[in-house]
Amino acid sequence: MPDLGKYAADVLSAYGVAAVLLIGLVLVSLRQGNQAKRELEAQEARLRKNGK
Amino acid sequence: MSLWEYANPVKFMALSGRILPAATVLSAACLFIGLFWGFFLTPDDYKQGSTVKIIFLHVPSALMAINIWLMMLVTSLVWLVRRHHVSALAARAAAPIGITMTLIALFTGAIWGKPMWGTYWAWDPRLTSFMILFVFYLGYIALWQAIEEADTAADLTSILCMVGSVFALLSRYAVNFWNQGLHQGASLSVDQETHVDNAFYLPLVVCIAGFVLLFVTLVLLRTRTHIRQRRAQALMVREAPH
Repeated sequence: MPDLGKYAADVLSAYGVAAVLLIGLVLVSLRQGNQAKRELEAQEARLRKNGK
Repeated sequence: MSLWEYANPVKFMALSGRILPAATVLSAACLFIGLFWGFFLTPDDYKQGSTVKIIFLHVPSALMAINIWLMMLVTSLVWLVRRHHVSALAARAAAPIGITMTLIALFTGAIWGKPMWGTYWAWDPRLTSFMILFVFYLGYIALWQAIEEADTAADLTSILCMVGSVFALLSRYAVNFWNQGLHQGASLSVDQETHVDNAFYLPLVVCIAGFVLLFVTLVLLRTRTHIRQRRAQALMVREAPH
């Protein structure tokens, strides 16, 4: 860990906020992507089953 | 082969499916290398001390916040002129990434501003235009959510995007128009005499590449999600009894 001196709290909080926002965005995007894929596959399977 | 071929959702899904794994690995690698280099291996600035390390987050996120809006402008214009649905969905997919970048730029800027300027916030031209850009992102996302009919939503959000582009450009050039704010001029320039010192410049370029690649990865992923949701909706209509 580098010596951040008297600004340690400022630098670490900037990196912390950015990490939370970026990781949050990635997780939400992945979750929505997986959910959309599952729902479409279920819908297509249902249509095939019903012969539509 | 024409670029317009990829306006076909099937072709877009096939191509994006092939690009995504490489874009994911490259963005993760660039972000890791750039941020590790910037945080651990760069010296303190003689004036700003260790707060200079915030540059590796603040500059790439601010740059992306503005350029994502401009990408949304291009894709919105393509929608309005050529009515390609993938284009409208790509603009929609980009907005949450853009608002996240705007938030990172605003937060890191405020945290950096306190020790350097003595305040978290000032109604400086660049800061103010960035705050307005944030509000435009919010409005754009809310408008997509609020309108049920997809084509109408795409039309109205495209118009909002055109209006917001004024503020996106203003956020970029505000310091040049009004030479009275706290915010400094551009940190990067093709002119060697004006950009930051090489000790910061090189890791900063890697971080910017990481943010650009992260955007490419996420916008592809999110556009694929919207295409799937649109297809599921269409199938649901087909499935419903007439």
